[in-house]
Amino acid sequence: MLKILKYSFFDLMRSRWSYVYFSFYLLLSFVLLFLNNDLSKAIITLMNVIIVLVPLIGSIFGIMYYYNSREFTELLLAQPLKRSSIFLGQYLGVALSLSMSLVLGLGIPFGFYGLFKSNIIWDFALLLITGTFLTLIFSALAFSMGLNNENKIKGFGYAILLWLFMAIIYDGVFLMSLIMFEDYPLDKLSLVGIMLNPIDLSRTLILLTLDISALLGYTGAVFKQFFGTNLGLLISFAMLSVWVVVPIWRITYKSKKKDF
Amino acid sequence: MRAKLVLWVLIFMTYSGISQTIEVCSTCRITSLSQGIAMANPKDTIVVKKGTYLEHNIKIDKPLVIVGNDYPVIDGQFKGEVMTIISDGVTIDGLFIINVGTSYTEDYAAIRVKKSKNFVIQNVVLEKLFFGIYLEKSSYGKVYHNKIVGDAKEEYNSGNGIQLWYSNHIEIEHNYVVHVRDGIYLEFSDDCLIKNNVSSMNLRYGLHFMFSNNDIYKNNTFENNGAGVAVMFSKKIKMLNNIFRENWGTASYGLLLKEINDAEIIGNTFEENTIGINIEGSNRIVYKHNNFIKNGWAIKVRGATYSNHFIENNFLYNSFDLAYNSKVNDNSFDMNFWSNYTGYDLNKDGIGDVPHRPIKLFSYIVNKTPETIILLRSLFIDVIDFSEKVSPVFTPDNLVDKKPIIKRIAW
Amino acid sequence: MVTIQNLHKAFGHNQVLNGVDLDIKEGGIFAVLGPNGSGKTTLIKSILGMVIFDKGSIEVLGNNIKKNADYRRQIDYLPQIANFPSNLKVKELVKMIKDLRGKASEEEKLIKLFGLQPFMDKKLGNLSGGTKQKVNIVLAFMFNSALIILDEPTTGLDPVSLIRLKALIQEEKKKGKTILITSHIMSFVEEMADEIVFLLEGTIYFKGSIQELKDTTEQTDFEHAIASILNQNHA
Repeated sequence: MLKILKYSFFDLMRSRWSYVYFSFYLLLSFVLLFLNNDLSKAIITLMNVIIVLVPLIGSIFGIMYYYNSREFTELLLAQPLKRSSIFLGQYLGVALSLSMSLVLGLGIPFGFYGLFKSNIIWDFALLLITGTFLTLIFSALAFSMGLNNENKIKGFGYAILLWLFMAIIYDGVFLMSLIMFEDYPLDKLSLVGIMLNPIDLSRTLILLTLDISALLGYTGAVFKQFFGTNLGLLISFAMLSVWVVVPIWRITYKSKKKDF
Repeated sequence: MRAKLVLWVLIFMTYSGISQTIEVCSTCRITSLSQGIAMANPKDTIVVKKGTYLEHNIKIDKPLVIVGNDYPVIDGQFKGEVMTIISDGVTIDGLFIINVGTSYTEDYAAIRVKKSKNFVIQNVVLEKLFFGIYLEKSSYGKVYHNKIVGDAKEEYNSGNGIQLWYSNHIEIEHNYVVHVRDGIYLEFSDDCLIKNNVSSMNLRYGLHFMFSNNDIYKNNTFENNGAGVAVMFSKKIKMLNNIFRENWGTASYGLLLKEINDAEIIGNTFEENTIGINIEGSNRIVYKHNNFIKNGWAIKVRGATYSNHFIENNFLYNSFDLAYNSKVNDNSFDMNFWSNYTGYDLNKDGIGDVPHRPIKLFSYIVNKTPETIILLRSLFIDVIDFSEKVSPVFTPDNLVDKKPIIKRIAW
Repeated sequence: MVTIQNLHKAFGHNQVLNGVDLDIKEGGIFAVLGPNGSGKTTLIKSILGMVIFDKGSIEVLGNNIKKNADYRRQIDYLPQIANFPSNLKVKELVKMIKDLRGKASEEEKLIKLFGLQPFMDKKLGNLSGGTKQKVNIVLAFMFNSALIILDEPTTGLDPVSLIRLKALIQEEKKKGKTILITSHIMSFVEEMADEIVFLLEGTIYFKGSIQELKDTTEQTDFEHAIASILNQNHA
C-alpha cells in the first residue's frame, strides 16, 4: 500500500491541480492578511471558507482522481497486490496531497505574518486540523461514491450532491426541525444532529473557539457540559475520526467486491 | 521661618490635645482596640501594633484615626459585626479584619459606617466576611485601596463587598473585591465616584446600582462575575473607560441596564461576555467609543428602549452584534465600525458606501429557539441571513448604520 | 496451468459466463474468440482476479485464486486499453511496475526492440496511442512469467511493430510459456494460435485447433469457419 501511496502522491504532487489548489489557498490567505492585516479576522474568514470549500474540493478531487486513474487501477489490479491496498493507497495519495496543499498554502502566508509569535496559534492549528479531517473525510466519501458508480457523470453528480447536502441542505432541514419541535427539549437531539454531519462537526469545533461566549448563553445542561468543558472537543474529534474510518472501511469493503 | 511655623503648630496642637497617640499591642498598657477607643480623646490616633486581636462589636463613637502597624489581625470570631463607626471624621487604615459573623436576619459587616460624614477607610484587608464595608446613611467619605476577599458560594447566605445605602458623595477608589455576592452595591446613593477598582469572580454582580442617580464609575475592571455591572432604576449614571470581561453564563452580561435614563456609556471595553450590554426599558442613553470584542451578543435589546444612540463604537468579531426582540426601533446607530461589514468604500472617505444592517435574521431565530445556536456560522444560515439583509421581513427595517466606518476607530 | 470449473458470472440480469469449464495446458498459444459480449474479457479478467465471479473456481498453477493475490506474480497481463497516469514519465512507470513486482526484468531489450528509447523521458499523457501500446507491451513482457495474457495486443500498432510483436510471442512460446490471447484480427489468430476457444453466450462452444474447427464446420477458410458457427447458431 505504501508503494501505491507513494506513486499516487508523487503523481498528484506533479499534477497541475495540486498547484492550483495550493496557490488558491496561498492567494486567499495573502489577500485576507493584506486586506485587514489582522490575524484573528483572517482566521475567522478562513474558518468560514474552509468548512465549506475543503469538502467541496475534497469531493471533486477524490472523484476526479478515482475516475482518471481507472486504467491505471486496472494495470495495478493485474499486479500481485491486494485490492484494498491499491484503493487505500490511491485514496491516501489524494487525501494527503490535498492536505499538504492546504497546510502549506495557509501555513506559509500566516507564518510570514508572524503567526508563531501570536497567541492565536491554537486557533490556527485547529483550522488546519479541521481542514485536514474534512479532506480525509470527503475524499474518502468521493472514492466510495466512485466505487459505487461505474458511470462517471453519475458518480461526479452524487459526490457533488453529497457535498451540497452536507454543507447546506442538512442544516436547512435541521433548522426547520428544531423550529418545528421547539416545545420539546432539544439539546440532546441537536447535538446528535451535529454528530451526523462532518461539516457540522467541524463547525462545532470552530464554534468552540470563536463563539464560546454565545454558546454558554444557552440554558440546557447537556449543552453546558458539552460546550463548557473539554468534553465537546474530545467528542467532536472522536466523531470526526469515526467519519474518516467509516468511508475508508467502505472503500475496502467495496473494493473487494467490485468487478473491473 | 519654616522651622518657626512648625514649632508654633506643634505647640498649638499639644495645647488642644489633638495629636495624642495611643498604642495598642499585646504587651502594651492597652491590649485591645476597644479599650484604646474608650481611652482616647476625639481626634487622637490609635496605633494598633502587629498581632491578633479577638474583638467584635467595636464601636467608634468619636473622630479617631485608627492605624494598623504591619496589618494587625482583628478577628471577629464569627460573632457578629466587627467595627461600627458612628461618628464623623473617622479614619481606618491598615487593618486586617477576618471572621465576620453570618446571619440571615442582620447584615453584619466587617466595617460599618452609620450616619456619619468625612470618614476614610483605606488599606484594609478583609477576609472571611459576610458584608465587607457597609456605608449606611453616611456621606462625604472615602473608601480607598482596600482588598476584600470573600468565599461566597451561594447568593442567599453571602453579602456584598462594599455596600452603600442612602449614602451620597462617596469616593470608592482602587479597591480589589473578589468572591463576594456583589462586589460593590449602591442603593439610594447619589453623586458617588467609583474608579480604578477591580471587581471579579463575584457571585452576582461586579457593581450594582439600584435607585441611585448621578454617579460616575470609571476605569474599573469587571471580570468573570455572574454579571459585570447591573445598573437598575437609576438616572444619569456615567460609565467611562471600564473593562467588562468574561462574564459568562446563561443570564450573564457585561453590563445590564434596566430602567435607566439619561446615561453615558463611553470608552468601555466589553470583551468575551455572553452578552456585552443587555438593555431593558432604558432611554436616552449615549454609547460612544466602546469596544465590543468577541462577545456572544455585543448588545441585546429587550422591551421598550427608546432614543439610545450608538456612535463610533467598534464591533469586533462578536457572534452577534445586535439582537432585538421587537420589530420596532427608535434607536440610532451611526458611524460605528463593524468587523463583519461587507460593503465597500469607493470614494475613499472612510465611510462605507452601503449602509450596514447589524441585525441578523439568525439572531431572531436563536431568540425564538435557543438550541439553533449550534447552527451558527453554517452556510445555510449565511444564505438566509443574506436574504433577510436584502429584504428585511423579521427584523426592524430602519435599523441600519447608514455611515459604517471602514477602519477600526481609534480615539 | 489454468483450470476453470463451472464458472458463472452475471452483471445484473445479464448472465455473461454460464458454466465455463476450461483446462489450459502448459505451453502454447491459446486464443479466446467469440462475438462481442460473449464473455471473453470477463473470462480473462476472472483469471486475473479483476472480476469477482459468482460461482465456480479458478486455479492458476495449482493455486486457488480466491485465496491470495500472489499467484499474479506468475502472470503477465496486457490490458486492452493502455491508459496510464498521465503525469508519470515512461521511465518512471517502468521503474514503478518493477518496484511493485519486485522481480528481475528485461525491459532494456524490449525498449530497444520497439524503439522506445526517445520516449523514456516523456510524460505518458503526451504519447500517441500506438506508442502507449508499445509501452504497454514492454510492461507485459518484461517479467518473464510463465503465463502471459494479452487482451487485444494488436490495437494501434504499426506493421513493423506488429511483426516484432508476433516474433516476440513466438519466442516466448519457444521458451515453453503459456500465452492467452483475445483478438478480433482473425488473420493474427490464425497465424499465432495453437488452439482456440470459442465462447458463445457464456459457454464454450468449441475448443480445439484451427484445423479441427475447419473440419467440423467444413470450411477451408478460418474466417468463414467462424462466420459459419455464428450463422448456424443464429439460424
